[in-house]
Amino acid sequence: MSAGTLYDKVWELHRVAELPGGATQLFIGLHLIHEVTSPQAFAALDDLGLSVRHPERTVATVDHIVPTTSQARPFADPLAEAMLATLEGNCARHGITLHGLGSGRQGIVHVIAPELGLTQPGMTVACGDSHTSTHGAFGAIAFGIGTSQVRDVLASQSLAMGKLKVRRIWVDGALQSGVYAKDLVLHVIRTLGVKGGVGYAYEFAGPAIEALSMEERMTLCNMAIEGGARCGYVNPDAVTYAYLKGRPHAPVGEAWERALAWWSYLASGPEASFDDEVVFEAATIAPTITWGITPGQAIGVDETVPTLEQTDSDERPIAEEAYRYMDLRPGAPIEGLPVDVCFIGSCTNGRLSDLRAAAAVARGRQVAAGIKAFVVPGSEQVAAEAEAEGLDAVFRAAGFEWREPGCSMCLAMNPDRLEGRQISASSSNRNFKGRQGSATGRTLLMSPAMVAAAAVSGHVADVRRLVAVPMTPAPETATTRA
Amino acid sequence: MSATPFPAGPIQRCEGRAVVVPGDDIDTDRIIPARYLKCVTFDGLAEGVFADDRTERAGDHPFDRAESQGAAILVVNRNFGCGSSREHAPQALMRWGLRAVIGESFAEIFFGNCLALGIPCLSADHDAVLALQAAIAAHPGAVLQLDLEPPWVTLDAGSDVQAWPLNLPAGPRRMLVSGEWNGTAQLVAHDGELRATASRLPYMNAFAAA
Repeated sequence: MSAGTLYDKVWELHRVAELPGGATQLFIGLHLIHEVTSPQAFAALDDLGLSVRHPERTVATVDHIVPTTSQARPFADPLAEAMLATLEGNCARHGITLHGLGSGRQGIVHVIAPELGLTQPGMTVACGDSHTSTHGAFGAIAFGIGTSQVRDVLASQSLAMGKLKVRRIWVDGALQSGVYAKDLVLHVIRTLGVKGGVGYAYEFAGPAIEALSMEERMTLCNMAIEGGARCGYVNPDAVTYAYLKGRPHAPVGEAWERALAWWSYLASGPEASFDDEVVFEAATIAPTITWGITPGQAIGVDETVPTLEQTDSDERPIAEEAYRYMDLRPGAPIEGLPVDVCFIGSCTNGRLSDLRAAAAVARGRQVAAGIKAFVVPGSEQVAAEAEAEGLDAVFRAAGFEWREPGCSMCLAMNPDRLEGRQISASSSNRNFKGRQGSATGRTLLMSPAMVAAAAVSGHVADVRRLVAVPMTPAPETATTRA
Repeated sequence: MSATPFPAGPIQRCEGRAVVVPGDDIDTDRIIPARYLKCVTFDGLAEGVFADDRTERAGDHPFDRAESQGAAILVVNRNFGCGSSREHAPQALMRWGLRAVIGESFAEIFFGNCLALGIPCLSADHDAVLALQAAIAAHPGAVLQLDLEPPWVTLDAGSDVQAWPLNLPAGPRRMLVSGEWNGTAQLVAHDGELRATASRLPYMNAFAAA
């Protein structure tokens, strides 16, 4: 059993009561809501005659259903319009802050909460969205929940939960130039499997993790759920504190000093023990890309599609299903595979550093003929910062479309989607069958820089050969915020 | 589409025909494609259940076969319900008529979402699930009897009666059989405990001096 980890300490501090069924009632420090998984929760609250216990601890935005071309109201899609109108009504009625379109603070829920300083170390964070694990990047314990649980958090600011085991994912060394957190997490999932993390929280630690920027840590924790782990986290450190300082909801003055002391105390100490540990070597990881229909079906860009003989017997049926669906031959190289659509964005990779990395590849090049390529900033703030440094112009000059913020083509809940058998190079998080809106559409997951490389090449390409990628990310500071 | 009432109160057993959806890692996007999530109630979700898979199979999907109609128990393999946290997935299955799921393993969020609806997800080892699936295939339309205490499934095809032990963790099992699986009232009732917990979390008071 784990002891002395950040997970254990945060769990203890947030434990409200032990429930008769054997679950623990856990206090939730930050509750994030959006238009897709909240309307039925508010309706259930009404049915029970309950109110929102802590409206100041719930924050709303709209992301999944918003168009990324024109965001004028009412939306062309009446269902999308009804969902947003319902969210607006529920937030107004219960006194919940909604960061709506045009507020300057709207965006993908897992992008805006960190950039506003809402997500802080040591908090429990819940949201009706599986990628809530993103917030673990700050040393928060953050996990996705269903709509019945959204109702429970609204009513009680708590949830009935079972405690997870803790697996430390220790990453030695340093990532190569052109290799990012996205490649690292795809490599981890490829190695441990999409069900390897079920029952675990993943603590990411080691020299390669400490060297990651906050935005890269968010990419890493975002995809913990794709490895089956409901939450993933990184212990808070100087990188975390530098990111948080000056954000709108970050403590200031003496409160900041007290916060630092508490946050530092929560980090897993040298005495911490884990239920399990797996060690990786960062330097051996290549730009990594999925070839199949689960995020675990991933290979280095310089590898070939695994044959059945190279596949564990348990995994062979889904490998065969993937060969058929993706129309890929076992043993074929992935590099050089033609793509139709290139998508840069999502809660995984729609932040400023992601756009900078992609723009560094796109700069001075042209999107290959016949390819649709577009960039969707993760939030209005990301869009403003990117535009302030001219990234939109770089993308437009290269033939990319520059869109408005939203979840876009990560999932098919807005006008952005694949058509027919199209194959996408996508910086998002899921390559499930039909995920991007066509029942026969195909998705290759990769880093934003690799998506840009595919866009300008017309096919899957090794970004390491295209550009000398700067090793040091630009500093993350709290700027341009109201 | 569901003729039987939704789960309510103590859940100790479930009886009905089975529908088998074989394969590992069946994600919630496949159970209910995202376009069906454009709604503000769960009412119409039954029509979207496995929509794309059913189109692809052109009438031959397990959910479209004659012997599956009216089924109450879904039988799956490993890591069923992975991916998106959408409660729309178990809601769609429930509204189609399902009241329990048996499989080799389940994704955690899916398991919890089912529990919150009073739908038990019971597991068994690989060989047992394959044997159960084979027995269902051999006796199309046969009725399964599912018990939660102890967890056990019996297939009664007249001359051929087979049974397998199942697993359901003690906590969820207690919640289901006691009827306390929908615990909002219980959480809300702990007002004093909630206040005490909030008071020891420094961020709840903006890190003000003690």
